[in-house]
Amino acid sequence: MSQPILEIKNLHAGVEGKQILKGVELTINPGEVHAIMGPNGSGKSTLSAILAGREDYDITQGEVLYLGKDLLDLDPEERAREGVFLAFQYPVEIPGVNSTYFLKSALNEVRKHRGLPELDAMEFLALVKERMKILHLPEDFLKRPVNHGFSGGEKKRNEIFQMAVLEPKLAILDETDSGLDIDALKVVSEGVNKLKRPDNAQLVITHYQRLLNYIVPDFVHVLVEGRIVRSGGKELAFELEEKGYDWIAKGELQPA
Amino acid sequence: MIATNPLETMKETDPYLEQFQRFENEVKQPSWLFPLRKAGIARFSELDFPTLRHEDWRFTNVAPLAKLPFKPVFDSGVDGVSSKILGRFTFGQLAGTRLVFVNGHFSNELSAIRPLPVGVKAGSLADALVTDGAFLEKHLGRHVPTEDNAFAALNTAFFLDGAFIYVPAGKTVEEPIQLVFVTTTREAGAAINPRNLIIAEANTRLTVIESYVTTDHAAYFTNAVTELVAGDNAEVEHLKFQDESLAGFHIASLHGHFGRMSNVHVHSFALGAKLSRYNIRVKLNGEGLETVLNGLYLTKGDQLADHHMIVEHAQPRCASHEYFNGILDDKSKGVFHGRILVQPIAQKTDAKQTNRNLLLSDEATVDTKPQLEIYADDVKCTHGATVGQMDEDSIFYLRARGIGLDTARQMLMHAFAGEIIDRVQCEPAREELDRLVWDRLEENPHIAEKK
Repeated sequence: MSQPILEIKNLHAGVEGKQILKGVELTINPGEVHAIMGPNGSGKSTLSAILAGREDYDITQGEVLYLGKDLLDLDPEERAREGVFLAFQYPVEIPGVNSTYFLKSALNEVRKHRGLPELDAMEFLALVKERMKILHLPEDFLKRPVNHGFSGGEKKRNEIFQMAVLEPKLAILDETDSGLDIDALKVVSEGVNKLKRPDNAQLVITHYQRLLNYIVPDFVHVLVEGRIVRSGGKELAFELEEKGYDWIAKGELQPA
Repeated sequence: MIATNPLETMKETDPYLEQFQRFENEVKQPSWLFPLRKAGIARFSELDFPTLRHEDWRFTNVAPLAKLPFKPVFDSGVDGVSSKILGRFTFGQLAGTRLVFVNGHFSNELSAIRPLPVGVKAGSLADALVTDGAFLEKHLGRHVPTEDNAFAALNTAFFLDGAFIYVPAGKTVEEPIQLVFVTTTREAGAAINPRNLIIAEANTRLTVIESYVTTDHAAYFTNAVTELVAGDNAEVEHLKFQDESLAGFHIASLHGHFGRMSNVHVHSFALGAKLSRYNIRVKLNGEGLETVLNGLYLTKGDQLADHHMIVEHAQPRCASHEYFNGILDDKSKGVFHGRILVQPIAQKTDAKQTNRNLLLSDEATVDTKPQLEIYADDVKCTHGATVGQMDEDSIFYLRARGIGLDTARQMLMHAFAGEIIDRVQCEPAREELDRLVWDRLEENPHIAEKK
């Protein structure tokens, strides 16, 4: 078997002295789609923020290896250039920064890092136009400032569009389904599915099972109070949907 | 009355009165003008320089300006300014009619008057006082209330020249008309009082760029007043670009009077001067008009940039949108005061005001004050102000896409300024401002290093 894309080992982390993650273990191999499900406050967003490189958290124990290298040692931009991509739960509006300029800068940083030549304006445009089709984005999308004045659905589509352009090895989708109606959810999920390849991996973080009807995971993990308390196949998601998080929390967290 | 009481101790305005007497004897003018000037100096003497006790001057101390000797520049002359030197200033390469004033005096040789539509006038106000005296009598000073504005009163007393632009109904002036005020004086206290009158009648289109630049860095004093009249359905864009001496004082007022269904953009770019103050007074005097007041100030060192707006909604269904952004470094200071006055008749008013400030240093400060006075009941008025450092979430977002920290900061800074620059409709001016502001920001060492 090839090298895992991501290995999280006994990860403990918190903010301002409060422990949030209490020993997370997770291994993701190439070609796999993993889902992390959990109730509010279980640490899902903390985990995605730490993987992307947010500096607000204290890592107190454990390690995270990305393609065998210490991920936590890298700045956020270095992680991105290495192929880690976070689709934000709340994409930030950046008025005044043109989407084309932003995305071209980002792509060229990634390409430089991979030893590829930078794309000129024409080449870039050809590439993004092709990728825009995957997400059914309107032509004027690139002329607008990054996320500025976008609807919730547009913002989420824009995240996946960026993912399509940057072609990460590891995509982390943080609550990508939140705020999406069913049609938008289908478009976004289709986009994600089209980007799936044998040499990359996706980590889908969600509260609800709904998204997993469209992005079908190979593995489902349940995060409760900062630990993965149960892992299984996609059927685990249905079980959770049916019985709720209380069921698993009670079942797993009672003292042995 | 302008006579001073000899028993009174010397007032700060006394030297101004002395200068005025000299001025009274020296300058030729139409007979109707002198009473106007006289009222101006009387008003100035009565009001005196504002102090921090004045509500409208709470944050801007003009005491250093009041202490300067007051030396109006009566002599005209180009003082070494050449077309080559002009070409190097911002907008120096812009196409269109250019009226050049050196130390406040119109220079025919440096100016370039391009063919304009029939009936359109663009030239020196001093010349127009001779050739179009009767017309000017009806308009000059009509829109400048001096009751509460000592500096406008002072300008009315002392102005020697400036621009006169007249666009008769139905005419379109395609290229921008530039007014370039170049100051060359090396003398502290040299005072220049430009006076501009811009009249765009109904159904006209006009762009005016009024810029204040310098060849030296003396502590001179520019005290400008511009009257801008936009008729019904007129589309007017007025841009003031202020890049004065870093030791200089720049006080300016724009008095706007806008007609029904007109669309007027007023921009301010304040980069220079030790102390600058721009009073924007606009009266929305016709139904259904739209106006945008849009400004950017970049300050460093001990600069102070003050924008003081009064937007009067005097008719129903008008929209006024104010956007002012400031980027402040070192110990510099920004002041924003935005008053929106909605008269009882002005139902369906849509007034919006935002003032955003980015501090690049811990010592930079901003005073921002919205002031809403609403006497109509069916209106939409919003205001918002922010003062702070660069948004960490935005920086993280950019970094999470592979963009380095320094580049991310520069992008955001550029965006912050760009938001304002993008509202400039005159494309060549917009592009030049974009480059210029970016150059100025890149010169700043704090952009890369400051968190």
